[in-house]
Amino acid sequence: MADLLSSAIVQTVLAGAALLGAISGMLGAFAVLRRQSLLGDALAHAALPGVCLGFLIAGARDLGTIMAGAFLTGALAALAMMLITRRTTLKTDAALGIVLSVFFAVGVVLLTYVQRQGRTASAGLETFLFGQAAAILRADLWIMGGVGLVALAVVLALWKEFKLVSFDAEFARANGFPVLALEAALTMLVALAIVVGLQLVGVVLMVALLIAPAAAARQWTRSLGGMVLLSALIGALSGAGGAFASAAQRGLATGPVVVLTATLIVLISLALAPERGLLWQALAARRARARISDRRVLATLQGLAEAHDNRHYPAESGMLKTALGAMPRAERLAGLEARGFIRPVTHPPETTPHWELTRAGHREADRLTRKTRDEEQGQ
Amino acid sequence: MIAAFFDSIPAMILLTGALVGTSAALLGSFLVLRGNSMLTDAISHSIVFGIILVWLLTRETSGPAQVIGAALTGILTVVLTELLARSQLVRMDAAIGLVFPALFAAGVLLISLHARDVHIHVESVLLGEIGFVWLNTIALGGHEIPVAVITLASVLAINLGFVLAFWKELKLASFDPGLAAALGFLPGALHYALLSLTSITAVASFEAVGAVLFIAFVIVPPATAYLLTRRLWLMVLLAIAIALAACITGYLLAEAWDVSIGGMMASMTGVWFTLALLFAPERGLFAQALAARQARLEHDCRALVAHLFTHQRTDRAAEENTRSALITHLRWSETRARDAILRAQDQGLIERRDGLLALRPKGSAEAEAIFKR
Repeated sequence: MADLLSSAIVQTVLAGAALLGAISGMLGAFAVLRRQSLLGDALAHAALPGVCLGFLIAGARDLGTIMAGAFLTGALAALAMMLITRRTTLKTDAALGIVLSVFFAVGVVLLTYVQRQGRTASAGLETFLFGQAAAILRADLWIMGGVGLVALAVVLALWKEFKLVSFDAEFARANGFPVLALEAALTMLVALAIVVGLQLVGVVLMVALLIAPAAAARQWTRSLGGMVLLSALIGALSGAGGAFASAAQRGLATGPVVVLTATLIVLISLALAPERGLLWQALAARRARARISDRRVLATLQGLAEAHDNRHYPAESGMLKTALGAMPRAERLAGLEARGFIRPVTHPPETTPHWELTRAGHREADRLTRKTRDEEQGQ
Repeated sequence: MIAAFFDSIPAMILLTGALVGTSAALLGSFLVLRGNSMLTDAISHSIVFGIILVWLLTRETSGPAQVIGAALTGILTVVLTELLARSQLVRMDAAIGLVFPALFAAGVLLISLHARDVHIHVESVLLGEIGFVWLNTIALGGHEIPVAVITLASVLAINLGFVLAFWKELKLASFDPGLAAALGFLPGALHYALLSLTSITAVASFEAVGAVLFIAFVIVPPATAYLLTRRLWLMVLLAIAIALAACITGYLLAEAWDVSIGGMMASMTGVWFTLALLFAPERGLFAQALAARQARLEHDCRALVAHLFTHQRTDRAAEENTRSALITHLRWSETRARDAILRAQDQGLIERRDGLLALRPKGSAEAEAIFKR
């Protein structure tokens, strides 16, 4: 493994993959926030004919021309999307499906056309279907770095505007921001992210590199800055991880490994993220259930004491069960006892367990009753 | 005659394409109407996972095991997506975009780890190879018939039976799911049945057109038909006709240019869609532009009549009721003024009298109608 890491080729590939992942992650955050995840899918598929056109024009695997071609057809697909959704009554998802499949089909036709021309270098084209990080050259790094810098500069320069458009486009429009132009700029940036990421994961899986880092980052933070930064970081991690795996095992396409790495990070985030995560939600629900159970036990015991005019009325556990509909969990009763609110007592000649409210328990029950009343009035 | 048909490679390729197109268009019409197009995208990608998993378990690339596996994978995709969206941690679009790439990636990885050079190639997973369907045949009734044709014909029969049997329910659930639920038509069950059949059709079409091109056959012909009609039965029939047209033209062009047959067929669905988008009566872009032009002319005519009515028999009539006044006072362009005048003359609203534009009785009546309201 140390051998692998010290190789110059592997270093190039890892650096490139991390860079690509970071750019896609950064821009994907905006796509996810603006609910345009699937537009990313359509634009990614639509990049295939552009890749082939770039190849046909350059006559070889020249990354600059290929990226320009992919960006061009991606932009064309975005325009087609806009035309279909604005000028017909077809639903947005149908428009996405049409653009995605037709552009891809044209790409397949061009791909076979290039292949049947019998050019030797055309073998490099298939790597754009599923990605092949090993195909990244040192010269490619400069192009990717340049594109990444441009994207970063645009995002920083228009940070406030992008933030507003992502969260409240109506408000932005009312305040006189050029919303349409800003949305177009964001869509173009997404197309740029796709073009950059194609090398790494290919057209079919590109959508995952766009969405997954952003969806994972969203779980951990509530601020846009934090989300964009974290998303870029997760993207870089997934990219480098995928590239490393495919470098370690020859012939393994990078794309699937990158996507599965990113998906794993998403699953961990969904499960563990503080406040939002599923585990956190489950714990919160458990705490709420426990609190309600305690409240009802104390209120029931107090009610029984008042009904019998005896502050130390020993309530039989069967009575508790009848009053509450089900016996409270033993650990809840033990917890109340440990906090000194209730006390187990016996009531001869009966042999079953009984519970009575302590002085502190009465005070707590009063406090909770007041709190409940206040909450109800507050509503 | 029949033997010659089944021995002819072009006939078999066209028949396969036609079967894919018809099956897909039947289901696609409802999927497009219900707004499930992107679920189709998700399903057709993620069945790759199901196919390789079933292959690893049974070593069969087609047959009943694959069909069941496909239906299960399709439902798994939809259920996972809906669960993820319902957790409210990510939105629906992101949920779709998270689930299917993960399943697809897992499928591709399994193929490249276990099944390389065996039966399933990574590239054919995406693209299929309709040109090779005639290689894998089975003897049936004395004829060598491609397996893909038999599978697809059975799937078509199932789809056709489903659509005909549940026509009323599908129609209701597509246009008014609330009412369908209230009347006890179980739109949820229908939803899953439709998506399971889509998965099965995807698997059957897989060998021929692959995962991504299948989406074109499901979505594009029905969407094209949708632009042409507002009647459901006509939409379904038109979708099938468009799919067949795409298969035939696609095959011919692919032969002429020596490119991927499946890709060309799918591209042709896009060509038919573009034509419909441009030239559809009523809803096409040209029809829309024409209607907008008509409406503007109509409006200009009314404005012209009102203008003449206001100024006739006043001192300023000599100045106002002329063509040049329309250009200088109303700031119309030359052509706009000319078009409006010509149209108003054609309709018998105005005439030229003593070098001025003047209202005829019909024009006066129209102006009065405008001002009385």
